[in-house]
Amino acid sequence: MILQTITFYLFAAITIAAGFMVIAARNPVHSVLYLILAFFTSAGLFVLIGAEFIAMILVIVYVGAVAVLFLFVVMMLDINFTELRQGFLQYLPIGGLIGLALLIELIMVVGVWQFGPEVAGHAIPQATTNGMTNTEALGNIIYTQYVYAFQAAGVILLIAMIGAIVLTHRTRPGVKKQRISSQVYRDPKTTIEVKKIKPGQGI
Amino acid sequence: MIEVPALLPALPEIILAIGALALLMLGVFTGEKSLRTVSALAVLLLLAAAAAVLPGYRDTVVTFGGMFVSDSFGGFCKILILLGSALSIIISVDYLERENLKRFEYPVLIVLATLGMLMMVSSNDLIALYIGLETQSLALYVMAAFSRDSARSTEAGLKYFVLGALSSGMLLYGSSLIYGFTGGTSFSLIAAAVSGSGPVPIGVLLGLVFVMAGLAFKVSAVPFHMWTPDVYEGAPTPVTAFFAVAPKIAAMALLVRTMFGAFPEISDQWQQILVFLSIASMVVGAVFAIVQTNIKRLMAYSSIGHVGYALMGVATGTPDGVKSVLVYLAIYLAMNVGAFALIIAMRRKDGATESIADLAGLSRTRPAMAFALAIFMFSLAGIPPLAGFFGKFYVFIAAIEANLTFLAVIGALASAVSAFYYLRIVKVMYFDEPADAFDVNTGRGITAVATVSALVTLLFFVFPAPIVGAAAYAAQSLFQ
Repeated sequence: MILQTITFYLFAAITIAAGFMVIAARNPVHSVLYLILAFFTSAGLFVLIGAEFIAMILVIVYVGAVAVLFLFVVMMLDINFTELRQGFLQYLPIGGLIGLALLIELIMVVGVWQFGPEVAGHAIPQATTNGMTNTEALGNIIYTQYVYAFQAAGVILLIAMIGAIVLTHRTRPGVKKQRISSQVYRDPKTTIEVKKIKPGQGI
Repeated sequence: MIEVPALLPALPEIILAIGALALLMLGVFTGEKSLRTVSALAVLLLLAAAAAVLPGYRDTVVTFGGMFVSDSFGGFCKILILLGSALSIIISVDYLERENLKRFEYPVLIVLATLGMLMMVSSNDLIALYIGLETQSLALYVMAAFSRDSARSTEAGLKYFVLGALSSGMLLYGSSLIYGFTGGTSFSLIAAAVSGSGPVPIGVLLGLVFVMAGLAFKVSAVPFHMWTPDVYEGAPTPVTAFFAVAPKIAAMALLVRTMFGAFPEISDQWQQILVFLSIASMVVGAVFAIVQTNIKRLMAYSSIGHVGYALMGVATGTPDGVKSVLVYLAIYLAMNVGAFALIIAMRRKDGATESIADLAGLSRTRPAMAFALAIFMFSLAGIPPLAGFFGKFYVFIAAIEANLTFLAVIGALASAVSAFYYLRIVKVMYFDEPADAFDVNTGRGITAVATVSALVTLLFFVFPAPIVGAAAYAAQSLFQ
């Protein structure tokens, strides 16, 4: 138990520190790297509460795809981040004020938190895992009970892909493409010319 | 061991999903020149799906763990949607070829959007509702921006996307509130949770309002209509024609399904919201259309007004009201497809035109086209004995029988105001000095669709029984 507590506080502290560094780092590439660190440590936190599927998804999807995409964007777009950051001090008072108001509101909301009687009356659905890992439990319903929604979500992704191609793909002339068939069908007769060169003369 | 869900009730959706993949492969491997082939196959695919709706038309079957329902209400709406999509592909092809938008993705996107609409119509669960809605919307966003070299089309797509995302957010927020306060996402669970005695939890009501706001956005009811004129004007004309027909029917059916499926016991709560939406839509649709000079913008306001009349039928909360909505949607489909087919045909040597002034003297340069457009305009205005009159007639009768006489009166007044701008188009066509003639070569698809829908609009009063009977039967299936 003590080990878990220590791990939790360690991971939580790293997550918050990494989150802070995301907005504080001067170099945007470093920001994205800190973001990846935050994702990894949050994945660790999910493992701690027994949600290993979400932990894996977090690493695969967010670190593997989203964060790498961010890195590409940050590296390829020529945005002057120091310019964006100018005037930070000028906006600090109003920003701080908004943050303070938000904090007070949060404290007030959480302070008087209680479930309404009509919510408590209803049975909130509970997961019945029967000793299964939660990956197994998800797999059991996603292809059975929710197969319709799952397949339909696949169609939505397909439409998004077609849409991206329709709206952005252009056939440009003069692009050098690899044509494997023409490479295969090349033969020495058409491409190589053998010349006899007498010694000492050159061509 | 978990049993496999019954797939047969979802046969139309499965046909469309697999067919869309096949069309996509065909298009990718044959390239840009395959637009005509892919379009023809897409029309066949949509008709095949409509044929697949028919066998299960009479039974109410729930499958996929309660997420999906197939009944005669859904069947009726699905056939309308599939017909609307098929007709809008037929009237699009010529335009796309001439405007240099020859891309095979167009019919594929229509098929995928139609798939989303069928899913919306059949949804029996908040998750299924949202997924169907997003499938439809995502395809529509792309289609609005389909003419990507035109700044207006791109703007229309972006506007539609941003505002659509906002409405999806509202819908999701409402859904999560409803889920939190009823403990379920399935419509039957929600209906059971709110049907008990005692006051309805305020959270459910708040969720209901947000869900209705999200759905009102999709049917473009006032005050959630801001996107409609801009998107209709900016999108390529065939896309506008598609927008005006199939998605409207689907979203209206989804609204009916959600209200009568999940909240039947608290109809007094949502009726007042619908009454307001209906009045506002009818009035705004009638008044703001008067000042329009662009015919696509005018049709946008016209569609807002028509949504108001259809909402009046939903607001009654009775089987007769639902029947009148279904009849209204069927007639709306015929009128709008025909009118838009002719708007697509407005083209001169130097390209497509879309201003009302360009129609001047059409009766002398193209008498047949002017006559057909006059039929559609008279019908949209609701002048007897054309189909549009009967659509409004059934809705007004249902409203009066449900003690909403004031609503019917406002509807009649708005209808009188809107007659002004419909008749103005007829006046421009028949009494103004002729402008330059339109291009004669309109294409066989447009001619055929315009002729058939003009005949349906003109002769509806001779044989209303099949459609009205089918609508009454379909409406009953919601009240079992």
